[in-house]
Amino acid sequence: MRIYGDLHIHTALSSCAQEDMTPNNIINMALLAELDVIAVTDHNSCGNAEAVMKAAEGTELVVVPGLEVQTREEVHVVALFEQMDQALILQGEVYAHLPGRQAPPKILQRQHFLSEDDEVMGYCDKLLGFASSLTIEEVFRLTRQLGGAMIPAHIDRKSNSILSNLGFIPEDLDLATLEISMYAPRSEYEAQYPRHRILQNSDAHELGHIGIVSNVLDLKVKTAAEVIHLLNTRAAT
Amino acid sequence: MTVGDLAELSCLQLATEGTGLDAPVDGGYVGDLLSVVMGNAQANQVWVTIQSHVNIIAVAALAGIPAIIIAHGYEPERETLEKAKEEGIEIFTTKLDSFSIIRTLILEKGL
Repeated sequence: MRIYGDLHIHTALSSCAQEDMTPNNIINMALLAELDVIAVTDHNSCGNAEAVMKAAEGTELVVVPGLEVQTREEVHVVALFEQMDQALILQGEVYAHLPGRQAPPKILQRQHFLSEDDEVMGYCDKLLGFASSLTIEEVFRLTRQLGGAMIPAHIDRKSNSILSNLGFIPEDLDLATLEISMYAPRSEYEAQYPRHRILQNSDAHELGHIGIVSNVLDLKVKTAAEVIHLLNTRAAT
Repeated sequence: MTVGDLAELSCLQLATEGTGLDAPVDGGYVGDLLSVVMGNAQANQVWVTIQSHVNIIAVAALAGIPAIIIAHGYEPERETLEKAKEEGIEIFTTKLDSFSIIRTLILEKGL
């Protein structure tokens, strides 16, 4: 089955995302873009993932819960899970390793917890935009132990990417999938990393970017579990 | 000057076993983005960084860097120390931030 997925989307919980990145707006944009699967990945949090999952009930859209964790090396990685409770366990670890300081009011007011009806339920007081003190290996181990998939985010970018910060893909990290940003030349990365699966996601911080790029995923059934399994499987060579 | 001369500074703690203390040092480089360090650091420079990931050893080996100073109280990971031993690269740690340790290297060691 050919499934279209955009697996890196922010909500208004990320202070750098637009305020109209609400559960229902995201779902309606994804449906307009004819996506089958999306993933909700806010910075260091999965606080709005469940609201988006609930808002998608009754539609054809599958919502995969996740987080975009910032590691100690200031590398961004996307961690995706089949179930919300797995994502919440990783979130607990990440929260415990974020700076102890509370977010100042200006940031706090841009970190919205939203309901499935797009109501503002509160604000996250963590400094979600900062690096956790977990190493990339620790985030990888935790994610895999929980049954999830960890994907280095936007590896083509000059900041917060595994290639810019660590120079190259660490040898001991058994990564099956790498993510490139929406402007990257996909075929060049596929040629350069033939043993990895290349995922090109929008990393949408605004509604107009959802589905601007997507991935054709070859799945037996359209479920989060199948997506995770595929992302943990290396490209056939 | 050698790596061993740097080890005399009381603000530096040697985290490795000191098998490469005779290696020459004739300058320094500072940077935390390893992609930038790979393209710019020169052989025989001491490298000041706050990155402690194992990849710093491969970058140092590639550039011919004999010693790395991990600044600002960051501690090298176990894998980093093991790899450093394999490559014969010395790692120092310091509580000082990058600016302060570089100033010390310049003022006290004339780098």
